Amino acid sequence: MTIGLGHYLTVAACLFTLGIFGIFINRKNVIVILMSIELILLAVNINLVAFSHFNGDLVGQVFALFVLTVAAAESAVGLAIIVVYFRNRGSIAVEDVNMMKG
Amino acid sequence: MAAAGFFYLFAVLAVASGAMVILAKNPVHAVLFLILSFFNAAGLFVLLGAEFLAMLLVIVYVGAVSVLFLFVVMMLDVDFAALKAGFINNAKIGALVGGVVLAELVALFSYRGLALAPTLSAASPIPAASSGITNTQALGDIIYTKYVFFFQSAGLILLVAMIGAIVLTLKHRAGVKRQSISEQVARTAKALEVVKVPSGGSVIPAAKHPEAAE
Repeated sequence: MTIGLGHYLTVAACLFTLGIFGIFINRKNVIVILMSIELILLAVNINLVAFSHFNGDLVGQVFALFVLTVAAAESAVGLAIIVVYFRNRGSIAVEDVNMMKG
Repeated sequence: MAAAGFFYLFAVLAVASGAMVILAKNPVHAVLFLILSFFNAAGLFVLLGAEFLAMLLVIVYVGAVSVLFLFVVMMLDVDFAALKAGFINNAKIGALVGGVVLAELVALFSYRGLALAPTLSAASPIPAASSGITNTQALGDIIYTKYVFFFQSAGLILLVAMIGAIVLTLKHRAGVKRQSISEQVARTAKALEVVKVPSGGSVIPAAKHPEAAE
């Protein structure tokens, strides 16, 4: 049987849902939340590349490239914030983050 | 037929390791499962003919981002068991929201149908395999011409992220002795003192300059 667009979109939908589920069940652990965001962005990238392939248009891959760039930048800054937060608080529990408001 | 087999292999492994990322008790295992998930997604990209993006995923994500995650997880001495509290309570809400999202996506796919005809007016058509142009070359042809502004913006975003991460984590410790070049250059001859030492006697610098005795 042939693999169509629907198959790839299903995989991406499953990964996207797993990412959202991961944010909810690991609400206290920022590192796993960041990993869940990476999963969500990976699902988006799979969607973009699948549409690019089945539409015969290369622009989807260019956009996936930029999504990849932004995801890398986001995780670098996010991890830096976690390191600073851990240095100040000795813990990475997200619930106390609102102590940072001015 | 082989392509279908590979698709199911990569798809099942990607989704299964994605599930292990959020369910693993040990965050180091979670990062390793994330790496496995990225590898399988790269396999899916190869099946879709996006070889350059597949290699980029392996190099950028597995080589840089996942290793960064691994560094942070291992560097921070966090009691991860305590962070797992309230798991069941959150799982109910999470299952509700996740189920709604999945149901909406499935409903949308089944309603719209997925028989997508290739658009005749593709902005940048994928070159035919017979033309001998590789995926990387085709991507480069349009990134550096049509989308050069976006390419430069992506570079700017990475620069801002790099500077931001350095500024956030750079720590100025008090009490660290650093070289002060301007002070060194501004030194005058007064810093030196020629002392006439009487024969048999001694000069006790500690008496004159208490800091010199240290």
